[in-house]
Order: sequence, then C-alpha cells, then structure tokens
Amino acid sequence: MFITGVVGVLTRRNAIIIFMCIELMLNSVNLTFVAFSSYLGNEAGQMFVFFVMAVAAAEAAVGLAIVIALFRNRQTVNINEVNVLKW
Amino acid sequence: MSSELIVFIVLAAVSVLSAILMITRANPVSSALFLILNFISLAGLYLTLHAQFVAIIQILVYAGAIMVLVLFVIMLLNLEDEAPLRMQLTKRHYASVLFALLTLVLLVQAIGWLGGDTLAGMQQQSPRALVNGTVEHIGDVLFTAYVFPFLLTSILLLSAMLGAVVLAKKRFP
Repeated sequence: MFITGVVGVLTRRNAIIIFMCIELMLNSVNLTFVAFSSYLGNEAGQMFVFFVMAVAAAEAAVGLAIVIALFRNRQTVNINEVNVLKW
Repeated sequence: MSSELIVFIVLAAVSVLSAILMITRANPVSSALFLILNFISLAGLYLTLHAQFVAIIQILVYAGAIMVLVLFVIMLLNLEDEAPLRMQLTKRHYASVLFALLTLVLLVQAIGWLGGDTLAGMQQQSPRALVNGTVEHIGDVLFTAYVFPFLLTSILLLSAMLGAVVLAKKRFP
C-alpha cells in the first residue's frame, strides 16, 4: 500500500491526487505502527499513530489551502504547468 | 482457516485494491471515494488488531474530516478529468514505478534484518494488546507520559489553521 502511494505521487500530475497519495502513505505507516504495537504489547506505537494523524490533518489543511491559492493564480492544479520554481 | 484470518484477508485485499484503484482513476472524485473505502477497511484492520481507539479516530478524522475537506476542495475547483493514464505513460513514469519497486525490495529487506528474535516474539498478538487499545488506557498514557508532545500538537494545529487561512485568503482580486 505504501508502494502504491509512492507510485501515485510519482506518476500523477494532479496536485490534489498527490495529496491523497501522501495520505495513503501516512496510513500505511500507521498500519505498521499499530500492527507492531499490538504484536509487541507496547502502547507507544498507538500514541505515535495519534500524533501522525494530527500532523496529517495539519498537512492536509495547509496543503489544500496552497492548492486553492495556486488554482486562483494559475487556473490549474496540474503540476507540470506550475514551474515557477524551476530553473 | 479461522474466521479472524478470513476477515484479515478480506480487509487487506479491499485496502490494497482500493489503493490501486485510487491512483489509477482519472476522475479526482472517484479517486477520493476509493481513498475513503481504503480508510474504512484500514479501520477494520485496526479493530482486528484490538486498537479500538485508533479505529474510531481513523473513521472520524480521516474518513470524516480530511476526506470531506478534500472533496470540498475538488468541488470548489470544479476539476475536469485528467487524460487517461495510458495516454501519458512516458519514460519517466516507468522509471518512477521502477524506483517504487526498489523501495519495496528495500522494505522487505529491512523487515528481514529485524532478526529472528524480534520476529519470533511476534508470532501472536501480545496479551497486553487487549488492554493497550482501549480508550481508557490510551487516555491514561496520553496525559501522563506523552503530555508534552500532546501540547506541542495543539500548537502545530493552531499554526496549521492560521497558515491555511492566510494562504487561502484572496490576495489578487
């Protein structure tokens, strides 16, 4: 599932879909955290999942705000057309 | 085959399939809906791992809050479909898939390097897992051992909120 997310980030050209792929990767890491925490009998993994979710929520809010600002300026969310930072 | 194993296999298959479907859809809305399906199956997997709190938070925060935000932005921007993926396969795409597969190999290797002792101790779920996943225990640990990161999280969320408002503000009328 993590690999699917990586493939998605690398291949898709739509900024919003790239965001969703990042969420996918975070979730796959969360799943391994919970699995290890459950099999090792250690609650630290579940605490970490809690914080990962908080960071993911913050990241989604800021990222979507960036997408909206981008769309307002450029009328596109295709990252191939957003190359201001390119040399 | 025990019923637990069957449930696990079904949920794992649903999550992997929905993830693959998600990155191959051209329409962002169907992509988002497959991601929600993925999140719900993940919540089911958390339940089989006796992590009730994480499962509930998964549904509330991810499938509820974050995906509603994503769908709302998709609706706000009124996106059209992307060109079908097959039409835009280039050398770079093949290279990125190759690198992703290399990462997969690396991850499998990393699990192999964990060593036999750790893996041998993980043949079955720890009896403490039953206690660890409850809301009561999570709250207990969160407000004692992990109270400092918890407070830092509140600052992070506040700054994220301010950042989102500032970024989405109308600057160029």
